[in-house]
Amino acid sequence: MAANLGFGALVITFLIALFGIGAAVYGARKNDPAWVDSARNAMLLTWPLVTIAALSIIYLLVNGRYEVAYVSEVTSNSMPLYLRVTALWGGQAGSLVFWTWLMSAFASAVTLRKWDRDREFLPWVIVVALVTLAFFLILIIFFENPFARLWRVPLGQPIKAMFPPAGAELLSVADGRGLNPLLRHPGMIIHPPMLYLGFVSFVIPYAFAIAALVTGRTDDRWIRITRRWTLVAWLFLSLGLLLGGRWAYDVLGWGGYWGWDPVEIAAFMPWLSGTAFLHSVMIQEKRGMLKHWNMVLIILTYALVIFGTFLTRSGVLSSVHAFAQSAIGPLFFTFIGLTFIASLSLLLNRWNELKSEALMTSMLSREALFLLNNLLFIGILVVCFWGVIFPLISELATGQKVTVGPPFYERATGPLFAGLLLLMGIAPLAAWRHSTAATLGRAIWKPTLFSLLVLVAILIGGVRQPAALLAFWLAAFVTSVTLYEFWRGTLARHRKSGESMPVALWRLAGRNRRRYGGYVIHLGVVLMAIGIIGIEIFQTQTQGTIAQGQRLSLGRYAISYDSLATFDTPDGRNVARAVVTVYKDNQPIGELHPRRDYYYESQQPMTIPGVRSTMEDDFYVLLVDWQPVSSSGATFKIYHNPLVNWLWLGGLVFILGTLIAAWPDKEPEPEAATVRRVGFAPAKA
Amino acid sequence: MEQSMTTSTQTGASGRAKFIVGGLLIIAAIVYLIVSSTKANAQYFLTVEELRAKGESVAGRELRISGAVIGDSIHYDPQTLTLSFTVANVPGDNKEIEAQGGLAAVLHAAVIDQSRPRLEVVYTGVKPDLLRNEAQAIMTGRMGSDGKFHAEELLLKCPTKYEDAVPTQVAG
Repeated sequence: MAANLGFGALVITFLIALFGIGAAVYGARKNDPAWVDSARNAMLLTWPLVTIAALSIIYLLVNGRYEVAYVSEVTSNSMPLYLRVTALWGGQAGSLVFWTWLMSAFASAVTLRKWDRDREFLPWVIVVALVTLAFFLILIIFFENPFARLWRVPLGQPIKAMFPPAGAELLSVADGRGLNPLLRHPGMIIHPPMLYLGFVSFVIPYAFAIAALVTGRTDDRWIRITRRWTLVAWLFLSLGLLLGGRWAYDVLGWGGYWGWDPVEIAAFMPWLSGTAFLHSVMIQEKRGMLKHWNMVLIILTYALVIFGTFLTRSGVLSSVHAFAQSAIGPLFFTFIGLTFIASLSLLLNRWNELKSEALMTSMLSREALFLLNNLLFIGILVVCFWGVIFPLISELATGQKVTVGPPFYERATGPLFAGLLLLMGIAPLAAWRHSTAATLGRAIWKPTLFSLLVLVAILIGGVRQPAALLAFWLAAFVTSVTLYEFWRGTLARHRKSGESMPVALWRLAGRNRRRYGGYVIHLGVVLMAIGIIGIEIFQTQTQGTIAQGQRLSLGRYAISYDSLATFDTPDGRNVARAVVTVYKDNQPIGELHPRRDYYYESQQPMTIPGVRSTMEDDFYVLLVDWQPVSSSGATFKIYHNPLVNWLWLGGLVFILGTLIAAWPDKEPEPEAATVRRVGFAPAKA
Repeated sequence: MEQSMTTSTQTGASGRAKFIVGGLLIIAAIVYLIVSSTKANAQYFLTVEELRAKGESVAGRELRISGAVIGDSIHYDPQTLTLSFTVANVPGDNKEIEAQGGLAAVLHAAVIDQSRPRLEVVYTGVKPDLLRNEAQAIMTGRMGSDGKFHAEELLLKCPTKYEDAVPTQVAG
């Protein structure tokens, strides 16, 4: 039976993981490669075994085996096949299995790499990966078992258990409760896997960092090995966050994309520390500095990844995501605490071996600006963390629960984000080691002048809000600096080698993918910033009830209510769909169909907006209410969201840049970075 | 944060002081942002009972109130988009909720029990999809002089459907 098979596979995986941990530690201590190889084989075995468990759940989900409690919680007869398969991560128990499956896949992949040059890391990487895996297996096997079945007992309520209680029979259930309708959206189907992929792949750089600390091989080898893993982790985490925002915009119907919900913040925090880490490892690679700091960042990121997994699935905090309550909280906190303390004591143990190889001399040097960037990222992280734990702290301190909402986060992080944008413009032009205001000024005046011209143009265009002006200026500044960097590099290459400009640009970016990929990411961030400014500062809304043929206007736009139809669909919804005509400057420009889906089985309505989307703005219409006789009227809420599509476009550019940066190099770049800077920065000439 | 500063400056001799000063200034700025934003935006998170106990002291302050929605009291006027309903007191402490049999049971008991403190809520805007009997409402807003709670934001949670509920047996 599939449930027993899956559960058995998980138990065996757990035992194998315990064996692997023991074998790896023993092999490393006794310097016995046979034991380490054995541990490696154990790690390789985990993936097929967890795959069996995951496939068993999918089999149960697809076949509607509702006697299994998890299946009846997340699927129902009316759900199509793809939703039944993806219901694997629709609830807590399944999510944990899915997390474990991804973890074992990444762990197996990393074991298969060439280890010739870094054999001493292998056992400790195995230990970290398997300890993490074992922890999740404990949660699944003992606390959140997705294979637990419902049993009918002679007396009382049915019992949920893996094995039959005495005298019990399997409960037979005809239909399940079905996945929460809010989660039946393409964005929600790929958003959790992306986020989990990001979470899981950050375990790999952490494992190497710990291996470096244990073995005492504390040069930057661990960073070079995991550079690409880190970028991949970051790519998935970014994608997960973007898709989550898009889902909120499409489905939650409040005209927004980010609500500073504790669960969103839980996914955002490892992204922040990971982004700081991505920047500061470059300093260690180039200058041999910030070694302690990089260790702290990756240890922190790992802790935040586990914390994020916990928050997104535990329901400790009131939030739109919290659709599950569970007893696994204390276990998570214990695990995070233990791994955090163990990692930090390993770090303290090697503290003196991680001395910087160079001095930081100039406040305007690139390394100093990177350090400042790190401070700002960690500052935002601290704001987020404070906001999440503040209710708990205030309750402990005063006995009174006090919470902070989105205005707190906006006010506290706004200046820090602006600071990051400014740095994004300055740092690429600052030279390593020595850089003065004069040399930096010489490099920066042209893009600055250009951005000021843009600012004047925006002022003439009629924008007056100081926050918007500052943000648009910063966006123009970063864009001109970044494009200027591309231009200078391409031009230098064109002059030196005689390549045509497009070829020169292509080869320039190809030879230093991380740097130019990074610049593309910066451009993506700028586009996203423009979209965020548009919706945050210039969003307008109105609502009203109008009869058929009447109009409701908002700024230059208006809608007229044409008709409304209600009908049932085969997948168990009752749909009320309105037809409205959209007018801009009194000219009809199209039709929209905002609707309300009512899910019979879950008795839950869901509002689907009708959106007219252009690069200039989104016109977003919600059907709020309607009279049974459609001629008597319906209530609409409409939003005008200027520039919001720049946010999604910026997200695509951002992902593209990350792909460029993470793309495998064919010709490894020699240590020529400093040489090339000569041609770029007057400072060095 | 401090670790980064020591890391970067421990081998620096002449420039150390200015880096430490610069770093401390930035840390001070971040701390200021956090403290001032917290002060400006802190909201008391109260149960209906606690709100009653506070009385006049919270008038005009931004509050978050949690309660169980009483289905029969929901009244919505789509013309003016005015939504009003009554919530019943539910305990704020998670442990207490667990001890009383989970959120669904607590919400159910709160709605049934006439003797619990109740609170009238007024809200202008779109009626949320999840607003129904025995939903948990978390409302942000202020107490009005009319003795009603004027909510600016509604957050709703319906535990009954997706948690804990054991499916019913349909066939032998």
